Amino acid sequence: MSEIPGDLKFLKSHEWARVEDNGLVRVGISDHAQGQLGDLVYVELPEIGASVQAGTGVAVVESVKAASDIYSPVSGEVVEVNELLNDKPETINEDAFGEGWIFAVRISDRAELDGLLDADAYAEQIENEDH
Amino acid sequence: MTEKTVLNDTHRASGARMVDFGGWDMPINYGSQIEEHHAVRRDAGMFDVSHMTVVDLHGPRTREFLRHLLANNVDKLKVGGKALYSCMLNEQGGVIDDLIVYFFDEAHFRLVVNAATRAKDLAWIEQQAKAYGVEVKERPDFAMVAVQGPNARARVIGLLHEVDRPRIEKLGRFAAAAAQGPHGMPLFIARTGYTGEDGFEIIVPSEHAVALWQALAAAGVKPAGLGARDTLRLEAGMNLYGQDMDESVSPWEANLGWTIALDEGRDFIGRKALEAQKAAGVPRVMVGLVLDEKGVLRHGQKVLTANGEGEVLSGSFAPTLDKAVAFARIPAGEPGDVRVDIRGREVPVRVVKYPFVRDGKPCEGI
Repeated sequence: MSEIPGDLKFLKSHEWARVEDNGLVRVGISDHAQGQLGDLVYVELPEIGASVQAGTGVAVVESVKAASDIYSPVSGEVVEVNELLNDKPETINEDAFGEGWIFAVRISDRAELDGLLDADAYAEQIENEDH
Repeated sequence: MTEKTVLNDTHRASGARMVDFGGWDMPINYGSQIEEHHAVRRDAGMFDVSHMTVVDLHGPRTREFLRHLLANNVDKLKVGGKALYSCMLNEQGGVIDDLIVYFFDEAHFRLVVNAATRAKDLAWIEQQAKAYGVEVKERPDFAMVAVQGPNARARVIGLLHEVDRPRIEKLGRFAAAAAQGPHGMPLFIARTGYTGEDGFEIIVPSEHAVALWQALAAAGVKPAGLGARDTLRLEAGMNLYGQDMDESVSPWEANLGWTIALDEGRDFIGRKALEAQKAAGVPRVMVGLVLDEKGVLRHGQKVLTANGEGEVLSGSFAPTLDKAVAFARIPAGEPGDVRVDIRGREVPVRVVKYPFVRDGKPCEGI
């Protein structure tokens, strides 16, 4: 299990959000989540330009074991998707918090970020799940 | 209360991710399920299958009892150590379980049945055995390790006592024999499996299981979890009880007709129902599906055919093929263009003959 980067915010459903310098919010799933899902074999990416609502399904990741909806932590417009995942979905298994990002949103309401879990609160949540 | 095999601590020490499987705490993978899958296809992997139920049957009328109990005919077992795959049916011709039966001698046969069906299997077998005076004895004192892959047999044979090696080397498919393993431990070695690869399934007294596992690991056999076991057996075209068939399904509807011996004069349980269904026409068939697009076929998805709806049984991404395959049960008859409903999207699939993979290679037309 890799360290949870302190600059990330989380949904309870294991998506992370990283606010970047240019105001974009990059989104992925946690290392804990990829471990639970097992080997990923397919990622259904959203379309660039799609409008998304916080807490609604935007992408789907499929492991050998199961399909899982990916919720957007924030509302806004999808401006980037990680095309690398089309050929190498396993990138999420290898680097969930980095190269394995899934999409990026231009946020419409920055106040939504305050409603997300910080790294410590998320770490505590998965700690409790394990016991 | 979750049950544990004698290898539970060994799995945890190797970093296995554990899941509940039919009431047993079992390793689903030790890291990457796909790598474990490839290890079995390309080299050698091992599975802890100690959760499976071993049942010994004793008594002079055991063969006669099994002729009645099983849909396949134990008279095919003529030489000690030979094994046979069979369904055990109810009176309606539904599948109570699938199992392997081993022949030791006329007064001793052994069954290996599924873990998830243990209680109902034992109850059924005991109930049927009474009339034949056959003693039904579960053997929880055994553990079981499946070693599978193109190099599996060589790795196991290298661990055996020298005097046993030539005999185990010559063991035919679906045959078993006793041999001495590491430190002289007594092994019952069967050339059977559930992966589509060559290999052995080894029954070992529980107290020796950890030492056997460690010796195999030291010989280069890679631990593999139930996740890989599931994708391997699906690619190999082998049914999983509870997913591909159950008591509401006849062997005709589960592509298990090849295991039904309708030999003259043998009155096995379920025979009348099977013959009636065959005469009336079998309403549903089991087929293989291949998805050439991206996506994954999964249990429970709706299958749309020219003759109506069917259902995906076992479905998964198939690591050897790098695409999804499945078994499906659909209405009998020419199915036309077949589609599967994947989360509201109708995706075209190809209906194929399976196995999908044999001896490490994709089968023709897959």
